[in-house]
Amino acid sequence: MSELKGIYALWYRELKVFLRERSRVISSIINPLLWLVIFGGGLGSAVSFDGFDVMSFIYPGVLIQTALFSSVFFGVYIVWDKKVDFMKEVLVAPMRRTSLFIGKIIGGSTDTLLQILILFMIGIVFTVVGITPGVHFTVFSVAVSLGFLLVATMGLVSIGLIIGSQMESPEGFQLIISFLVFPLFFLSGALFPITSLPVWLAPFTFVNPVTYAVDGIRGALLGTSKFPLLFDFSLVCAFTIVLILIGTYAFKKMKL
Amino acid sequence: MYIIETKNLTKKFEKMTAVDNLNLQINEGEIFGLLGPNGAGKTTTLLMLVTLKPPTSGTATINGFDIVKQPDKVRKSIGIVFQDPSSDEILTGYENLKLHGWLYDMPDDLREQRIKEVLDLVELSDRKNDRVKKYSGGMRRRLELARGLMHHPKILFLDEPTLGLDPQSREHIWKYIEDLAKEKNMTIIITTHYMDEADKLCDRLAIIDKGKIVVLGSPKQLKKDVGGDIIRLKAKSLDIDVLQNLPYIKDISPCDGEICLTLEDATTHLQEILKLVGKVDAVEIRSPTLDDVFLHYTGRAMREGSPEGGWAEKMMNASEKK
Repeated sequence: MSELKGIYALWYRELKVFLRERSRVISSIINPLLWLVIFGGGLGSAVSFDGFDVMSFIYPGVLIQTALFSSVFFGVYIVWDKKVDFMKEVLVAPMRRTSLFIGKIIGGSTDTLLQILILFMIGIVFTVVGITPGVHFTVFSVAVSLGFLLVATMGLVSIGLIIGSQMESPEGFQLIISFLVFPLFFLSGALFPITSLPVWLAPFTFVNPVTYAVDGIRGALLGTSKFPLLFDFSLVCAFTIVLILIGTYAFKKMKL
Repeated sequence: MYIIETKNLTKKFEKMTAVDNLNLQINEGEIFGLLGPNGAGKTTTLLMLVTLKPPTSGTATINGFDIVKQPDKVRKSIGIVFQDPSSDEILTGYENLKLHGWLYDMPDDLREQRIKEVLDLVELSDRKNDRVKKYSGGMRRRLELARGLMHHPKILFLDEPTLGLDPQSREHIWKYIEDLAKEKNMTIIITTHYMDEADKLCDRLAIIDKGKIVVLGSPKQLKKDVGGDIIRLKAKSLDIDVLQNLPYIKDISPCDGEICLTLEDATTHLQEILKLVGKVDAVEIRSPTLDDVFLHYTGRAMREGSPEGGWAEKMMNASEKK
Protein backbone atom coordinates (compact mmCIF):
# COMPACT_ATOMS: atom_id res chain seq x y z
CA MET A 1 0.00 0.00 0.00
CA SER A 2 2.66 2.47 0.99
CA GLU A 3 4.65 1.60 -2.12
CA LEU A 4 1.64 2.31 -4.35
CA LYS A 5 1.14 5.66 -2.69
CA GLY A 6 4.79 6.48 -3.32
CA ILE A 7 4.50 5.47 -6.97
CA TYR A 8 1.39 7.61 -7.24
CA ALA A 9 3.26 10.54 -5.68
CA LEU A 10 6.03 10.24 -8.26
CA TRP A 11 3.54 10.03 -11.10
CA TYR A 12 1.58 13.01 -9.80
CA ARG A 13 4.75 15.05 -9.63
CA GLU A 14 5.81 14.21 -13.18
CA LEU A 15 2.36 15.02 -14.54
CA LYS A 16 2.19 18.35 -12.72
CA VAL A 17 5.64 19.32 -13.90
CA PHE A 18 4.81 18.23 -17.44
CA LEU A 19 1.59 20.23 -17.56
CA ARG A 20 3.29 23.32 -16.16
CA GLU A 21 6.39 23.26 -18.34
CA ARG A 22 4.61 24.09 -21.57
CA SER A 23 7.74 25.18 -23.40
CA ARG A 24 9.20 21.71 -22.99
CA VAL A 25 6.07 20.13 -24.44
CA ILE A 26 5.92 22.51 -27.37
CA SER A 27 9.56 22.01 -28.33
CA SER A 28 9.19 18.26 -28.10
CA ILE A 29 6.28 18.41 -30.55
CA ILE A 30 7.82 20.93 -32.93
CA ASN A 31 10.98 18.92 -33.56
CA PRO A 32 9.23 15.80 -34.93
CA LEU A 33 6.86 17.97 -36.93
CA LEU A 34 9.81 19.66 -38.61
CA TRP A 35 11.17 16.27 -39.59
CA LEU A 36 7.80 15.17 -40.85
CA VAL A 37 6.94 18.27 -42.83
CA ILE A 38 10.32 19.55 -44.04
CA PHE A 39 12.35 16.36 -44.35
CA GLY A 40 9.34 14.31 -45.42
CA GLY A 41 7.95 17.00 -47.70
CA GLY A 42 11.32 17.79 -49.24
CA LEU A 43 12.37 14.21 -49.86
CA GLY A 44 8.85 13.30 -50.87
CA SER A 45 8.99 15.74 -53.75
CA ALA A 46 11.62 13.49 -55.35
CA VAL A 47 10.97 9.90 -54.22
CA SER A 48 8.43 7.56 -52.72
CA PHE A 49 9.00 4.65 -50.30
CA ASP A 50 7.36 1.25 -50.67
CA GLY A 51 4.63 2.86 -52.74
CA PHE A 52 3.87 5.51 -50.11
CA ASP A 53 4.54 9.21 -50.14
CA VAL A 54 7.46 9.96 -47.83
CA MET A 55 5.47 11.97 -45.29
CA SER A 56 3.03 9.14 -44.74
CA PHE A 57 5.88 6.65 -44.66
CA ILE A 58 7.88 8.44 -41.99
CA TYR A 59 4.91 9.45 -39.83
CA PRO A 60 5.24 6.25 -37.72
CA GLY A 61 8.97 6.96 -37.51
CA VAL A 62 8.30 10.43 -36.21
CA LEU A 63 6.05 8.99 -33.50
CA ILE A 64 8.89 6.72 -32.43
CA GLN A 65 11.33 9.60 -32.63
CA THR A 66 9.27 11.49 -30.08
CA ALA A 67 9.10 8.44 -27.85
CA LEU A 68 12.83 7.86 -28.19
CA PHE A 69 14.08 11.36 -27.54
CA SER A 70 11.70 12.40 -24.81
CA SER A 71 11.89 9.04 -23.01
CA VAL A 72 15.65 8.68 -22.96
CA PHE A 73 16.12 12.32 -21.98
CA PHE A 74 13.53 12.02 -19.27
CA GLY A 75 15.56 9.22 -17.76
CA VAL A 76 18.91 10.87 -18.06
CA TYR A 77 17.55 14.02 -16.42
CA ILE A 78 17.71 12.30 -13.06
CA VAL A 79 21.41 13.18 -13.10
CA TRP A 80 20.35 16.76 -12.47
CA ASP A 81 17.60 15.68 -10.16
CA LYS A 82 20.08 13.83 -8.00
CA LYS A 83 22.19 16.91 -7.55
CA VAL A 84 19.75 19.67 -6.95
CA ASP A 85 16.18 18.64 -7.06
CA PHE A 86 13.45 16.47 -5.81
CA MET A 87 15.37 13.23 -6.28
CA LYS A 88 17.21 13.36 -2.96
CA GLU A 89 13.95 13.76 -1.13
CA VAL A 90 12.66 10.65 -2.86
CA LEU A 91 15.86 8.70 -2.31
CA VAL A 92 15.66 9.00 1.47
CA ALA A 93 11.94 8.28 1.59
CA PRO A 94 10.96 4.88 2.98
CA MET A 95 10.30 3.51 -0.45
CA ARG A 96 11.92 0.65 -2.27
CA ARG A 97 14.26 1.53 -5.11
CA THR A 98 12.13 -0.73 -7.28
CA SER A 99 9.05 1.35 -6.56
CA LEU A 100 11.01 4.48 -7.29
CA PHE A 101 12.03 3.01 -10.60
CA ILE A 102 8.45 2.00 -11.43
CA GLY A 103 7.16 5.44 -10.46
CA LYS A 104 9.75 7.06 -12.70
CA ILE A 105 8.84 4.78 -15.62
CA ILE A 106 5.14 5.49 -15.26
CA GLY A 107 5.77 9.20 -14.89
CA GLY A 108 8.11 9.37 -17.87
CA SER A 109 5.87 7.23 -20.03
CA THR A 110 2.89 9.43 -19.24
CA ASP A 111 4.82 12.51 -20.35
CA THR A 112 5.89 10.85 -23.55
CA LEU A 113 2.48 9.38 -24.37
CA LEU A 114 0.79 12.75 -23.88
CA GLN A 115 3.16 14.19 -26.47
CA ILE A 116 2.44 11.29 -28.77
CA LEU A 117 -1.31 11.83 -28.39
CA ILE A 118 -0.83 15.39 -29.58
CA LEU A 119 1.08 14.05 -32.59
CA PHE A 120 -1.74 11.60 -33.23
CA MET A 121 -4.22 14.45 -33.33
CA ILE A 122 -2.00 16.42 -35.69
CA GLY A 123 -1.63 13.25 -37.79
CA ILE A 124 -5.40 12.83 -38.02
CA VAL A 125 -5.73 16.41 -39.22
CA PHE A 126 -2.94 15.83 -41.76
CA THR A 127 -4.66 12.72 -43.09
CA VAL A 128 -8.05 14.43 -43.31
CA VAL A 129 -6.65 17.35 -45.29
CA GLY A 130 -4.62 15.00 -47.48
CA ILE A 131 -1.07 15.80 -46.39
CA THR A 132 -0.38 12.22 -45.29
CA PRO A 133 -2.84 10.23 -47.43
CA GLY A 134 -1.21 6.88 -46.69
CA VAL A 135 -1.86 6.88 -42.94
CA HIS A 136 -5.06 5.16 -41.86
CA PHE A 137 -6.54 6.06 -38.52
CA THR A 138 -8.95 3.42 -37.32
CA VAL A 139 -9.69 2.27 -33.80
CA PHE A 140 -7.59 -0.80 -34.50
CA SER A 141 -4.62 1.00 -36.01
CA VAL A 142 -4.52 3.61 -33.26
CA ALA A 143 -4.86 0.98 -30.52
CA VAL A 144 -2.09 -1.19 -31.95
CA SER A 145 0.23 1.79 -32.48
CA LEU A 146 -0.39 3.00 -28.95
CA GLY A 147 0.32 -0.48 -27.65
CA PHE A 148 3.67 -0.49 -29.43
CA LEU A 149 4.46 3.04 -28.32
CA LEU A 150 3.51 2.36 -24.71
CA VAL A 151 5.71 -0.71 -24.40
CA ALA A 152 8.59 0.84 -26.34
CA THR A 153 8.39 4.03 -24.31
CA MET A 154 8.68 2.10 -21.06
CA GLY A 155 11.79 0.38 -22.38
CA LEU A 156 13.30 3.63 -23.62
CA VAL A 157 12.61 5.45 -20.36
CA SER A 158 14.40 2.55 -18.68
CA ILE A 159 17.46 3.09 -20.89
CA GLY A 160 17.59 6.72 -19.81
CA LEU A 161 17.06 5.84 -16.16
CA ILE A 162 19.75 3.16 -16.23
CA ILE A 163 22.26 5.59 -17.68
CA GLY A 164 21.13 8.41 -15.42
CA SER A 165 21.34 6.29 -12.30
CA GLN A 166 24.96 5.40 -13.01
CA MET A 167 26.10 8.83 -14.13
CA GLU A 168 27.44 11.14 -11.47
CA SER A 169 27.60 14.32 -13.49
CA PRO A 170 25.88 15.60 -16.62
CA GLU A 171 29.11 15.88 -18.63
CA GLY A 172 28.58 12.66 -20.52
CA PHE A 173 25.20 13.77 -21.72
CA GLN A 174 26.30 14.80 -25.21
CA LEU A 175 27.98 11.43 -25.69
CA ILE A 176 24.74 9.65 -24.98
CA ILE A 177 22.95 11.69 -27.59
CA SER A 178 25.61 11.05 -30.21
CA PHE A 179 26.34 7.42 -29.52
CA LEU A 180 23.00 6.11 -28.38
CA VAL A 181 19.96 8.18 -29.22
CA PHE A 182 20.85 9.16 -32.77
CA PRO A 183 22.05 5.68 -33.80
CA LEU A 184 18.91 4.11 -32.33
CA PHE A 185 16.84 6.60 -34.31
CA PHE A 186 18.65 6.54 -37.65
CA LEU A 187 19.15 2.77 -37.66
CA SER A 188 15.51 2.02 -36.91
CA GLY A 189 14.11 2.54 -40.38
CA ALA A 190 12.12 5.45 -39.04
CA LEU A 191 13.14 7.60 -42.00
CA PHE A 192 13.68 4.99 -44.76
CA PRO A 193 12.50 1.51 -45.66
CA ILE A 194 14.68 -1.34 -44.40
CA THR A 195 13.60 -3.76 -47.11
CA SER A 196 16.59 -3.27 -49.38
CA LEU A 197 19.42 -1.96 -47.23
CA PRO A 198 23.08 -2.58 -48.15
CA VAL A 199 24.51 -5.61 -46.40
CA TRP A 200 26.81 -3.62 -44.12
CA LEU A 201 23.91 -1.56 -42.78
CA ALA A 202 21.19 -4.16 -42.45
CA PRO A 203 22.60 -5.98 -39.39
CA PHE A 204 22.66 -2.77 -37.38
CA THR A 205 18.99 -2.17 -38.00
CA PHE A 206 18.09 -5.75 -37.15
CA VAL A 207 19.76 -5.65 -33.72
CA ASN A 208 18.12 -2.31 -32.96
CA PRO A 209 14.93 -2.95 -30.97
CA VAL A 210 13.49 0.36 -32.12
CA THR A 211 13.34 -1.11 -35.65
CA TYR A 212 10.63 -3.53 -34.57
CA ALA A 213 8.58 -0.80 -32.92
CA VAL A 214 8.74 1.28 -36.11
CA ASP A 215 7.87 -1.76 -38.21
CA GLY A 216 4.91 -2.62 -35.99
CA ILE A 217 3.49 0.88 -35.98
CA ARG A 218 3.97 1.15 -39.71
CA GLY A 219 2.16 -2.14 -40.08
CA ALA A 220 -0.76 -0.80 -38.08
CA LEU A 221 -1.04 2.68 -39.55
CA LEU A 222 0.10 2.05 -43.13
CA GLY A 223 -0.69 -1.61 -43.54
CA THR A 224 2.85 -2.46 -44.62
CA SER A 225 5.44 -4.18 -42.46
CA LYS A 226 8.52 -6.29 -42.98
CA PHE A 227 7.73 -8.63 -40.10
CA PRO A 228 4.45 -9.96 -38.70
CA LEU A 229 2.97 -7.59 -36.09
CA LEU A 230 2.98 -10.23 -33.39
CA PHE A 231 6.67 -10.90 -33.98
CA ASP A 232 7.42 -7.19 -33.73
CA PHE A 233 5.36 -6.83 -30.59
CA SER A 234 6.99 -9.82 -28.88
CA LEU A 235 10.45 -8.43 -29.55
CA VAL A 236 9.53 -4.97 -28.28
CA CYS A 237 8.02 -6.50 -25.14
CA ALA A 238 11.07 -8.68 -24.55
CA PHE A 239 13.35 -5.68 -24.98
CA THR A 240 11.33 -3.65 -22.50
CA ILE A 241 11.15 -6.41 -19.90
CA VAL A 242 14.91 -6.92 -20.02
CA LEU A 243 15.52 -3.20 -19.65
CA ILE A 244 13.11 -2.91 -16.74
CA LEU A 245 14.95 -5.75 -14.99
CA ILE A 246 18.32 -4.13 -15.62
CA GLY A 247 16.89 -0.80 -14.49
CA THR A 248 15.61 -2.23 -11.22
CA TYR A 249 19.07 -3.54 -10.55
CA ALA A 250 20.73 -0.29 -11.62
CA PHE A 251 18.52 1.71 -9.25
CA LYS A 252 19.58 -0.44 -6.34
CA LYS A 253 23.18 0.38 -7.19
CA MET A 254 22.51 4.01 -7.93
CA LYS A 255 25.46 6.36 -7.66
CA LEU A 256 25.04 9.77 -6.15
CA MET B 1 21.30 0.40 23.02
CA TYR B 2 22.28 3.57 21.25
CA ILE B 3 19.87 4.93 18.67
CA ILE B 4 22.83 5.75 16.44
CA GLU B 5 26.17 4.06 16.65
CA THR B 6 28.98 4.36 14.15
CA LYS B 7 31.90 2.00 14.02
CA ASN B 8 35.02 3.24 12.27
CA LEU B 9 32.84 4.95 9.71
CA THR B 10 35.10 6.10 6.88
CA LYS B 11 34.55 7.79 3.56
CA LYS B 12 37.41 8.30 1.16
CA PHE B 13 37.26 10.25 -2.03
CA GLU B 14 39.98 9.97 -4.62
CA LYS B 15 42.58 12.01 -2.85
CA MET B 16 41.18 12.90 0.52
CA THR B 17 39.62 11.17 3.46
CA ALA B 18 36.42 13.06 4.18
CA VAL B 19 35.43 11.01 7.19
CA ASP B 20 38.13 9.16 9.06
CA ASN B 21 37.23 6.25 11.35
CA LEU B 22 34.37 8.01 13.05
CA ASN B 23 33.04 6.41 16.22
CA LEU B 24 29.92 7.96 17.68
CA GLN B 25 27.29 6.84 20.14
CA ILE B 26 24.12 8.84 20.26
CA ASN B 27 21.33 8.30 22.77
CA GLU B 28 17.64 8.32 22.05
CA GLY B 29 15.96 11.69 22.55
CA GLU B 30 19.22 13.56 22.38
CA ILE B 31 19.91 16.63 20.30
CA PHE B 32 23.36 15.91 19.02
CA GLY B 33 25.47 18.38 17.11
CA LEU B 34 28.20 17.86 14.57
CA LEU B 35 30.13 21.07 14.63
CA GLY B 36 33.00 22.00 12.40
CA PRO B 37 34.20 24.26 9.62
CA ASN B 38 33.11 23.77 6.03
CA GLY B 39 34.67 20.68 4.56
CA ALA B 40 35.17 19.02 7.93
CA GLY B 41 33.13 15.99 6.87
CA LYS B 42 29.86 16.79 8.59
CA THR B 43 27.63 16.54 5.55
CA THR B 44 29.41 13.46 4.24
CA THR B 45 28.86 11.78 7.60
CA LEU B 46 25.20 12.70 7.42
CA LEU B 47 24.79 11.42 3.87
CA MET B 48 26.27 8.09 4.90
CA LEU B 49 23.98 7.84 7.91
CA VAL B 50 20.88 8.53 5.81
CA THR B 51 21.97 5.81 3.32
CA LEU B 52 22.63 8.14 0.40
CA LYS B 53 26.36 7.50 0.23
CA PRO B 54 27.91 4.13 1.01
CA PRO B 55 30.84 4.24 3.44
CA THR B 56 34.26 3.22 2.13
CA SER B 57 34.76 1.16 5.26
CA GLY B 58 33.20 0.78 8.67
CA THR B 59 29.49 0.96 9.27
CA ALA B 60 26.78 2.37 11.47
CA THR B 61 23.49 1.30 12.95
CA ILE B 62 20.49 3.55 13.10
CA ASN B 63 17.57 2.54 15.25
CA GLY B 64 19.19 -0.89 15.32
CA PHE B 65 19.43 -1.21 11.53
CA ASP B 66 22.65 -1.38 9.56
CA ILE B 67 23.01 1.47 7.08
CA VAL B 68 24.70 -0.74 4.52
CA LYS B 69 22.71 -3.95 4.86
CA GLN B 70 19.26 -2.61 5.76
CA PRO B 71 18.95 0.80 4.09
CA ASP B 72 15.17 0.44 3.59
CA LYS B 73 14.60 0.00 7.29
CA VAL B 74 16.94 2.83 8.15
CA ARG B 75 15.00 5.14 5.84
CA LYS B 76 11.76 4.26 7.57
CA SER B 77 13.18 5.56 10.85
CA ILE B 78 14.56 8.88 9.68
CA GLY B 79 13.79 12.28 8.29
CA ILE B 80 16.29 14.70 6.83
CA VAL B 81 16.50 18.32 5.86
CA PHE B 82 19.23 18.74 3.28
CA GLN B 83 21.59 21.62 3.04
CA ASP B 84 20.94 22.01 -0.68
CA PRO B 85 17.43 22.64 -1.91
CA SER B 86 15.55 19.43 -2.64
CA SER B 87 12.04 20.69 -3.16
CA ASP B 88 10.51 20.81 -6.61
CA GLU B 89 10.35 24.40 -7.71
CA ILE B 90 7.71 23.84 -10.35
CA LEU B 91 5.32 22.62 -7.67
CA THR B 92 3.75 24.79 -4.99
CA GLY B 93 4.82 24.67 -1.37
CA TYR B 94 1.67 22.82 -0.47
CA GLU B 95 2.15 20.26 -3.24
CA ASN B 96 5.69 19.57 -2.10
CA LEU B 97 4.41 18.82 1.38
CA LYS B 98 1.57 16.68 0.06
CA LEU B 99 4.03 14.59 -1.96
CA HIS B 100 6.12 14.19 1.15
CA GLY B 101 3.08 12.91 3.02
CA TRP B 102 2.44 10.37 0.28
CA LEU B 103 6.02 9.23 0.13
CA TYR B 104 5.95 8.64 3.88
CA ASP B 105 2.58 6.91 3.72
CA MET B 106 0.81 9.27 6.09
CA PRO B 107 -2.97 8.92 6.49
CA ASP B 108 -4.79 11.71 4.62
CA ASP B 109 -6.25 13.57 7.59
CA LEU B 110 -3.02 13.44 9.56
CA ARG B 111 -1.15 14.65 6.51
CA GLU B 112 -3.41 17.68 6.05
CA GLN B 113 -3.28 18.49 9.74
CA ARG B 114 0.52 18.32 9.83
CA ILE B 115 0.84 20.37 6.64
CA LYS B 116 -1.16 23.11 8.29
CA GLU B 117 0.86 22.81 11.48
CA VAL B 118 4.28 23.01 9.83
CA LEU B 119 3.26 25.75 7.40
CA ASP B 120 2.13 27.86 10.33
CA LEU B 121 5.37 27.15 12.10
CA VAL B 122 7.55 28.36 9.26
CA GLU B 123 5.09 31.15 8.45
CA LEU B 124 4.42 30.09 4.91
CA SER B 125 0.68 29.47 5.20
CA ASP B 126 -0.23 32.46 3.07
CA ARG B 127 2.25 31.48 0.34
CA LYS B 128 1.46 27.79 0.26
CA ASN B 129 -0.17 27.92 -3.17
CA ASP B 130 2.69 29.75 -4.81
CA ARG B 131 5.22 27.82 -6.81
CA VAL B 132 8.48 27.27 -4.98
CA LYS B 133 10.24 29.01 -7.86
CA LYS B 134 8.76 32.26 -6.59
CA TYR B 135 10.03 31.76 -3.03
CA SER B 136 13.06 33.56 -1.69
CA GLY B 137 16.02 31.50 -0.51
CA GLY B 138 14.94 31.82 3.10
CA MET B 139 11.37 30.80 2.35
CA ARG B 140 12.56 27.80 0.46
CA ARG B 141 14.74 26.80 3.37
CA ARG B 142 11.80 27.12 5.73
CA LEU B 143 9.64 25.00 3.45
CA GLU B 144 12.21 22.22 3.42
CA LEU B 145 12.48 22.37 7.15
CA ALA B 146 8.71 22.12 7.41
CA ARG B 147 8.83 19.12 5.15
CA GLY B 148 11.51 17.33 7.16
CA LEU B 149 9.56 17.83 10.38
CA MET B 150 6.23 16.85 8.91
CA HIS B 151 6.26 13.10 9.44
CA HIS B 152 7.74 13.21 12.97
CA PRO B 153 10.47 10.68 12.31
CA LYS B 154 12.18 8.83 15.11
CA ILE B 155 15.48 10.38 14.13
CA LEU B 156 15.70 13.69 12.37
CA PHE B 157 18.81 14.84 10.56
CA LEU B 158 19.21 18.54 9.98
CA ASP B 159 22.06 19.67 7.77
CA GLU B 160 22.68 23.32 8.61
CA PRO B 161 19.00 23.86 9.41
CA THR B 162 19.02 27.61 9.81
CA LEU B 163 21.62 28.52 7.21
CA GLY B 164 20.73 31.90 5.79
CA LEU B 165 17.67 32.49 7.95
CA ASP B 166 16.88 35.68 9.80
CA PRO B 167 17.30 35.66 13.60
CA GLN B 168 13.58 35.56 14.25
CA SER B 169 12.99 32.47 12.10
CA ARG B 170 15.99 30.82 13.68
CA GLU B 171 14.57 31.31 17.18
CA HIS B 172 11.25 29.82 16.07
CA ILE B 173 12.87 26.85 14.52
CA TRP B 174 15.14 26.21 17.48
CA LYS B 175 12.17 26.23 19.77
CA TYR B 176 10.27 23.81 17.58
CA ILE B 177 13.27 21.49 17.38
CA GLU B 178 13.63 21.53 21.14
CA ASP B 179 9.94 20.84 21.64
CA LEU B 180 10.02 17.95 19.19
CA ALA B 181 12.95 16.36 20.93
CA LYS B 182 11.23 16.72 24.29
CA GLU B 183 7.63 15.83 23.45
CA LYS B 184 8.17 13.07 20.91
CA ASN B 185 11.42 11.82 22.35
CA MET B 186 12.81 12.42 18.88
CA THR B 187 16.54 12.13 18.36
CA ILE B 188 17.88 15.05 16.39
CA ILE B 189 21.25 15.24 14.69
CA ILE B 190 22.28 18.70 13.62
CA THR B 191 25.26 19.74 11.59
CA THR B 192 26.09 23.37 11.89
CA HIS B 193 28.89 25.81 11.82
CA TYR B 194 26.90 28.32 13.86
CA MET B 195 28.41 28.19 17.32
CA ASP B 196 25.45 29.83 18.99
CA GLU B 197 23.11 27.31 17.43
CA ALA B 198 25.14 24.37 18.63
CA ASP B 199 25.49 25.94 22.06
CA LYS B 200 21.81 26.67 22.46
CA LEU B 201 20.35 23.48 21.04
CA CYS B 202 22.64 20.56 21.54
CA ASP B 203 22.68 18.27 24.53
CA ARG B 204 26.00 17.00 23.32
CA LEU B 205 28.16 17.78 20.38
CA ALA B 206 31.17 16.52 18.56
CA ILE B 207 33.59 18.99 17.12
CA ILE B 208 34.81 17.61 13.84
CA ASP B 209 37.83 18.70 11.91
CA LYS B 210 39.33 17.00 8.85
CA GLY B 211 37.02 14.03 9.21
CA LYS B 212 37.93 13.27 12.81
CA ILE B 213 36.30 13.97 16.12
CA VAL B 214 38.39 16.55 17.88
CA VAL B 215 36.42 16.54 21.09
CA LEU B 216 33.00 15.43 22.25
CA GLY B 217 30.83 16.49 25.17
CA SER B 218 28.08 18.82 26.32
CA PRO B 219 28.57 22.45 25.32
CA LYS B 220 28.82 23.37 28.97
CA GLN B 221 31.47 20.78 29.71
CA LEU B 222 33.46 21.62 26.62
CA LYS B 223 33.54 25.28 27.51
CA LYS B 224 34.50 24.47 31.06
CA ASP B 225 37.35 22.28 29.88
CA VAL B 226 38.87 25.23 28.06
CA GLY B 227 39.37 26.69 31.52
CA GLY B 228 38.00 30.00 32.67
CA ASP B 229 37.66 33.32 30.91
CA ILE B 230 39.42 34.63 27.92
CA ILE B 231 41.24 37.89 27.54
CA ARG B 232 42.10 38.93 24.07
CA LEU B 233 44.71 41.57 23.50
CA LYS B 234 45.49 43.50 20.41
CA ALA B 235 48.60 45.61 20.12
CA LYS B 236 51.33 46.53 17.68
CA SER B 237 53.97 44.88 19.77
CA LEU B 238 53.33 42.73 22.76
CA ASP B 239 55.77 41.48 25.31
CA ILE B 240 54.45 37.99 25.92
CA ASP B 241 57.40 36.83 27.93
CA VAL B 242 56.40 38.84 30.97
CA LEU B 243 53.12 36.96 31.06
CA GLN B 244 54.72 33.53 31.11
CA ASN B 245 55.50 33.79 34.80
CA LEU B 246 52.02 34.70 35.97
CA PRO B 247 50.70 31.64 37.83
CA TYR B 248 47.03 32.23 37.12
CA ILE B 249 47.37 32.30 33.35
CA LYS B 250 46.61 28.85 32.03
CA ASP B 251 47.23 29.35 28.39
CA ILE B 252 48.74 31.92 26.10
CA SER B 253 48.16 31.47 22.46
CA PRO B 254 48.52 33.70 19.46
CA CYS B 255 45.43 33.97 17.33
CA ASP B 256 45.35 35.91 14.09
CA GLY B 257 48.19 38.19 15.11
CA GLU B 258 46.62 38.84 18.46
CA ILE B 259 47.04 37.20 21.82
CA CYS B 260 44.51 35.14 23.71
CA LEU B 261 44.96 34.47 27.40
CA THR B 262 42.98 31.86 29.23
CA LEU B 263 42.55 32.33 32.97
CA GLU B 264 40.12 32.18 35.86
CA ASP B 265 38.65 35.44 37.14
CA ALA B 266 39.79 37.58 34.29
CA THR B 267 38.36 40.78 35.73
CA THR B 268 40.50 40.65 38.87
CA HIS B 269 43.70 40.11 36.99
CA LEU B 270 43.12 42.42 34.06
CA GLN B 271 44.76 45.41 35.68
CA GLU B 272 47.99 43.59 36.34
CA ILE B 273 48.14 42.06 32.89
CA LEU B 274 47.63 45.38 31.19
CA LYS B 275 50.30 46.97 33.34
CA LEU B 276 52.76 44.25 32.32
CA VAL B 277 52.18 44.20 28.61
CA GLY B 278 52.13 47.94 28.17
CA LYS B 279 50.09 49.81 25.59
CA VAL B 280 47.37 47.82 23.83
CA ASP B 281 44.96 48.87 21.11
CA ALA B 282 42.02 46.73 22.16
CA VAL B 283 41.04 44.42 24.98
CA GLU B 284 38.20 41.93 25.11
CA ILE B 285 37.12 39.83 28.08
CA ARG B 286 34.51 37.17 27.82
CA SER B 287 33.43 33.74 28.89
CA PRO B 288 34.55 30.98 26.60
CA THR B 289 32.38 30.07 23.62
CA LEU B 290 32.48 27.04 21.42
CA ASP B 291 34.75 29.05 19.15
CA ASP B 292 37.31 28.96 21.93
CA VAL B 293 36.79 25.27 22.35
CA PHE B 294 37.51 24.77 18.68
CA LEU B 295 40.52 27.03 18.82
CA HIS B 296 41.75 25.34 21.97
CA TYR B 297 41.74 21.90 20.39
CA THR B 298 42.73 22.68 16.82
CA GLY B 299 44.83 25.80 17.19
CA ARG B 300 42.76 27.48 14.51
CA ALA B 301 39.76 29.74 14.62
CA MET B 302 36.65 28.26 13.11
CA ARG B 303 35.89 31.17 10.90
CA GLU B 304 36.16 29.90 7.39
CA GLY B 305 32.87 30.12 5.57
CA SER B 306 31.04 31.46 8.56
CA PRO B 307 28.57 34.09 7.43
CA GLU B 308 28.75 35.76 10.79
CA GLY B 309 32.45 36.44 10.50
CA GLY B 310 35.03 35.39 12.99
CA TRP B 311 36.27 36.98 16.15
CA ALA B 312 38.77 39.16 14.46
CA GLU B 313 36.15 40.95 12.42
CA LYS B 314 33.88 41.33 15.40
CA MET B 315 36.62 42.78 17.47
CA MET B 316 37.75 45.12 14.79
CA ASN B 317 34.23 46.38 14.50
CA ALA B 318 34.01 46.79 18.23
CA SER B 319 37.23 48.75 18.44
CA GLU B 320 36.16 50.95 15.57
CA LYS B 321 33.06 51.94 17.47
CA LYS B 322 35.12 53.10 20.36
